[in-house]
Amino acid sequence: MGRRVNQMSRFNITALALGLAFLYLPIVILILYSFNASRLVTVWGGWSLRWYHEFFNDRAMLDAAWMSLRVAAVSATVATLLGTLAAIGLARGERFKGRSLFSSMLYAPLVMPEVISGLSLLLLFVALNAERGFWTVTIAHTTLTMCFVTVVVQSRLASLDRSLEEAAMDLGCDPVKAFLSVTLPLIVPAIVAGWMLAFTLSLDDVVIASFTTGPGSATLPIRIYSEVRLGVKPEINAICTMVIALIAVVIVIASFASKLSSSQGKSAAPL
Amino acid sequence: MSARRIFAGPARLAAIAPYAWMVLFFLVPFGFVLKISLSQTAIAQPPYVPVFDVTEGWASIKAAFGQLSLDNFRLLVSDDLYISSYLRSVLVAVISTAILLLIGYPVAYGMARLPKRWQPIAMMLVIVPFWTSFLIRIYAWINILQHDGLLNKVLLALHIVSKPVVWLSTDTAMYIGIVYSYLPFMILPLYATLAKMDGSLLEAAGDLGASPARAFWLVTFPLSLPGVAAGVLLCFIPIVGEFVIPDLLAGSGSMMIGQTLWLEFFTNKDWPVASAAAVALLLLLIPPLLLYDRLQRRTLAGGG
Repeated sequence: MGRRVNQMSRFNITALALGLAFLYLPIVILILYSFNASRLVTVWGGWSLRWYHEFFNDRAMLDAAWMSLRVAAVSATVATLLGTLAAIGLARGERFKGRSLFSSMLYAPLVMPEVISGLSLLLLFVALNAERGFWTVTIAHTTLTMCFVTVVVQSRLASLDRSLEEAAMDLGCDPVKAFLSVTLPLIVPAIVAGWMLAFTLSLDDVVIASFTTGPGSATLPIRIYSEVRLGVKPEINAICTMVIALIAVVIVIASFASKLSSSQGKSAAPL
Repeated sequence: MSARRIFAGPARLAAIAPYAWMVLFFLVPFGFVLKISLSQTAIAQPPYVPVFDVTEGWASIKAAFGQLSLDNFRLLVSDDLYISSYLRSVLVAVISTAILLLIGYPVAYGMARLPKRWQPIAMMLVIVPFWTSFLIRIYAWINILQHDGLLNKVLLALHIVSKPVVWLSTDTAMYIGIVYSYLPFMILPLYATLAKMDGSLLEAAGDLGASPARAFWLVTFPLSLPGVAAGVLLCFIPIVGEFVIPDLLAGSGSMMIGQTLWLEFFTNKDWPVASAAAVALLLLLIPPLLLYDRLQRRTLAGGG
């Protein structure tokens, strides 16, 4: 890298700073207003935890939050298992019949409009006569988020030096053992990051959950969404701040995991 | 080489469970969408009359093909509501993607030119909002854009406007929301290609007398095109089918196709027409989806 390339121009710094400000300012403002004592969202009435109290006394909101946490935990776990297996199949399976269909099915949901995924899954559940609620939403979220896990783990697997696996096999390990004792420890950080990503994506989804849930089992985003349609409410600011805090904890753990990952090799996760 | 081949066997076995899962919960459901898009609407539970029933054997399937109903698709192409919502979806996606590229490129370029040790931090800063709930970020903008929100207060205080501007329920608000939500998807692939670029090429161009601007257009930009393509597709495809952002931020005047589908499904309970709208949306997205699929496969198979 030459000197000229790494030189920072004023334009570069300004572009970067403006871009980041655009990304962060709205969230900062939202958090500030959640501590606002005034009922009018835009008038500052001093610091207060009033809206947090309100949330903890709102039975329906609490139920929805609990439902969302359970769906996110179960679907992220199943998605991590399936997504990791899929990544191993794609990264180490070389060629097999139906491989391109497999990879297309795993990449398409990353960009597929959610209204399509949601509607199609609902029609499947109706055809199977499945009772809609916790499990249907969990299956739907698993299907979406396992694809993100696959991409994260697969790019990690692709960046690994395969001579390690080969060396283990030359030393007498069978392929499965070589993989479990050499490769798996190296991709654990990517798997952890994949779980976190799956968890936060599930916690965030409105559209697919709206299609696949049944009466009486709304998730938190569905509740937030129906409140937001009616306008800004300080209680929603408080709920959103708590969700952001939860996700922040998740991000800190994930970044710690990916730091481990990048210190052991080149990190190539695109997300 | 031989070790790799031995590996391939167990690795293929690992793919069986996720393969079966994706066939059952991703591929097969499209069959149902197609089937129900060809059904008649009915006031029943579920609200449609199946045109054919696979359980009744091959003869009934053959008989049923004669009476497949294309009525729902006929409705789609004859009703202005649907045609205009398709056109609007494509238009909104094109405009938003263009704005995203115009904003995302300079930011990604600035990131790639940062000193090496700052780059991971800058990348983290771009990724974090992607992890933060998308719904919450849209809600944050409603806070800012509402009648007595922060934006109007600032504009009034600075005497840029004399009375509050209506921001919510306008296309401007919708574009702000879309650009805000999708910006990380544009920046990250652009940054990935720009950061990998060999700096000596630019130096060579400079040594040969090219001005920095000329060197950018002749060297940097052409080399970053794969990143541009990835960013454009990652934004364009989901924006065409976007529902939440236009629903919360845009006016109720004209709808995008995702909103039309939602309305048919949840409000009008017309599942067949909603399914037909989904099939049509999918057909529209097949060319960009194929491009995206090729690009993804090349990126991931090429060693990341």
